[in-house]
Amino acid sequence: MSDMPNIFAALTLGHYLALGAVLFCISVAGIFLNRKNVIMLLMSLELMLLAVNINFVAFSRSLGDAAGQVFVFFILTVAAAESAIGLAILVTLFRNRRTIDVADIDTLKG
Amino acid sequence: MNFDFATLAFLGFAATAAIAALATIAARNPVHAALWLVLTFFSVACTWIVGGAEFLGIALVLVYVGAVMVLFLFVVMMLDVDLAPLREGYVRYLPVGLIVALVMLAQILALIGVKAAAQMPLAENAAVASDVPNTTWLAHALFTQFMLPFEVAAVILTVAVVAAVMLTLRRRGGTKHQDPSAQSRVKAADRMRMVKMDAVKPEPPATEGEAAP
Repeated sequence: MSDMPNIFAALTLGHYLALGAVLFCISVAGIFLNRKNVIMLLMSLELMLLAVNINFVAFSRSLGDAAGQVFVFFILTVAAAESAIGLAILVTLFRNRRTIDVADIDTLKG
Repeated sequence: MNFDFATLAFLGFAATAAIAALATIAARNPVHAALWLVLTFFSVACTWIVGGAEFLGIALVLVYVGAVMVLFLFVVMMLDVDLAPLREGYVRYLPVGLIVALVMLAQILALIGVKAAAQMPLAENAAVASDVPNTTWLAHALFTQFMLPFEVAAVILTVAVVAAVMLTLRRRGGTKHQDPSAQSRVKAADRMRMVKMDAVKPEPPATEGEAAP
């Protein structure tokens, strides 16, 4: 344990940034794996926004600046609006096309 | 080897969050995925509370676990989706997804320099230093410096509600429902019509026996 820092000793900025990075990469993998299912894509997007919010909270604490946490507040607001409209579009889409497969939604393809 | 309780709690919550996030993207059933995502959000809210952002932690639980994920569950359960064709590309894209995610994780971790950052403890909590609760500290910034964005956020939420209702509103023909504007516009003359007609004399009873009621 000479060159490795003791991660149990104290809560650091690195802890939060690492958690954010892990969650972000998991959600990127989720977008790749579930790329046909719109519901799973929306869930991965929510996870990605959460990972970004973790970074904001961590830096807000580290720099002692309230702006970061205020920004997280706004991101939560916009994400809630986004998921509400996204799910409404999903419901409308399913009602009209009877599918939520991304590959089937290609009406706008030129 | 020294450790403090807050760090151990953080590591426990972070591990739970990461495992639940993995379960979210790996779940076959969207309902299970939504439930795992609830656990992820809850664990991350706990890490925020450990880190001193109490208001946002509670807000995350209330807004996401309480509202957004319930909305997700409603939609998932309402739609009768055939899941089998949606899982087709899963195995095919598994290697690509894993490689991209792992390379990206390595790059981000190298960029933020976790090893160096993990030796520098977090700064003293600014809210604690100025001897106010986190909510008060946040509200000072929100209602002075960020007042206009706060109002704009309220407008965005209102627009989102109207848009979501308008998108899913469906008028079916043949249903009987009230029209409030027509109801309040109505006049007495529309409700009752006076008809002029001649007086009619009731006919006298034909026989004595049948007339008695």
